[in-house]
Parts: sequence; C-alpha cells; structure tokens
Amino acid sequence: MTAADVLLIALGAIAVGSGVLVVTTKHLVRAGLWLVVTLAAVAGAYLVLGAELVAWVQVLLYVGAVVILLLFAVMLTRAPIGASDDLDRPRWPGVLIGGGAGLGLAALFVAAYGWMKVPRPPSGTAERLGEQIFSVWVLPFEVVGVLLLAALVGAIVVSRPDIGARR
Amino acid sequence: MHPVIAYVIAALLVGLGVYGILARRNAILVLMAVELLLNGVNLVLVAADTTVKAALPATGQAFALFVIVLAAAEIGVGLAIVLQLYRMRRSVAVDEVPLERVP
Repeated sequence: MTAADVLLIALGAIAVGSGVLVVTTKHLVRAGLWLVVTLAAVAGAYLVLGAELVAWVQVLLYVGAVVILLLFAVMLTRAPIGASDDLDRPRWPGVLIGGGAGLGLAALFVAAYGWMKVPRPPSGTAERLGEQIFSVWVLPFEVVGVLLLAALVGAIVVSRPDIGARR
Repeated sequence: MHPVIAYVIAALLVGLGVYGILARRNAILVLMAVELLLNGVNLVLVAADTTVKAALPATGQAFALFVIVLAAAEIGVGLAIVLQLYRMRRSVAVDEVPLERVP
C-alpha cells in the first residue's frame, strides 16, 4: 500500500458513495450537486493516475459545463423544489442488471489483474498528450470538431419550435 | 500502485450508471446516470495507460479526451430533446413518452 493506493481508495470511496446518492436521492437538484462531488473525485483519481490534462479537462467540461447544463434543465422543466416520490420506477430490474454489470465487471478486473503492481506513472504534462493528439490522432480530432458543430446545430434546431420540430 | 483499485472503482461506477438508467423516471436523472457511466469508461481508459504497454504513449488519455467531448455533445442534444419533450407534454417522465406514432 503506497500513498497513491490510499489516495485512490479514498477518492474511489467518495466517487462511488456520492454516485449512489446521485441515483437514489429524492431531490432533483441534490442529484446534480452529488454528481459534482462524483466528477470531482474522479478528476482526483485521474491526477493520481498521472493524467493531469484529462483531470483538468474533466473539471472544466464536466463540473463547469455539463452539470450547469443539467441544473438549467432541472430549472427549465419546473422541477419540484422539495423531495418528490415519483422519481423512481420499480427498483429490482435496475438493481439486478446494474448490480450484475458492476459486480461482474469488478470480478472480471480482479481476476484479470489481481494484486498486480505497476510503477507509478510520471505525472503527465500536457505536452506529451498534445504531441500525440496533434500527430497520431489528428484526424479523429478534426472529426470530433465537426461532430461538436453538428451537435450544436442539432440542439438549436431541436429546441427552436419556429425552425425545427413542429407540433 | 495497484491498478486494480482504479479498475474496480470504474466497474462500480458503470454499475451505478446502468442502475440509474434503468430505475429513474425523470429524463434529466437518466442523463445524469449516463454521465456516471461515461465516467466509469473514462477511468478504465486512463487506468489502462498505466498497465497496458501500447505502441504509442498516452493513447488511453487521448481516448478519454475524445469520450469527454462526445459526452458534451450528447448532453447538449439530449437536453434539447428533453426540453422539447417538456414543452410538448408538460412532463419529462420517460415511461410516459408515447411510443405510437403521433398524428
């Protein structure tokens, strides 16, 4: 057990614990706020794993943009402020399939990797990742840019009733 | 460090995401569960960088960045659809969405 292991276990406990609250809480807004805690803990895990750029992109994009968008949607759909009892369907299929998927995958990983020890990766700077993206992965990078533009236009068309979806 | 810790955390996040997608009625909460699922996938990709000897360095991190961008695009279009659904039906419950063709 090194310091990195202890940090990973602590961050993982925070991430999984607040993730449980995201999918079980009865308050819509609180689900969004617990999602912030989960995403921040996962960003911390990226830092421990030596992926600094990914961690900061996670904080910027997920915590900064995606959660804000979700909270805007919660407000725009006039969600109730207090606890609401009709947020869940019957639970047992979800428990069965979700628990099966999660625990099955976890068992698979434990069987595959066991208690294998690897050297702690050097904390990656943006330079190494940037070189890779702009040399090897430059075509997917451009395609993702086009996809983002398409998603932007699609979101505008879908949400404006005067040019897009008519009743 | 032991990479299996990160892998098990990622697997549990994926399980939680699947549970949320199946058990939640509110479409916005379903989208939040999808974010949990995608975070589990990203954690696997980043952790794979430390264990898998790939031909190129930092491949998993590059893929994780791509997945983050795809998640951003997904949440934009998804929320636009949810808002349009709310505007049409005054409700965002996913099991009240009519499956037959709207005349």
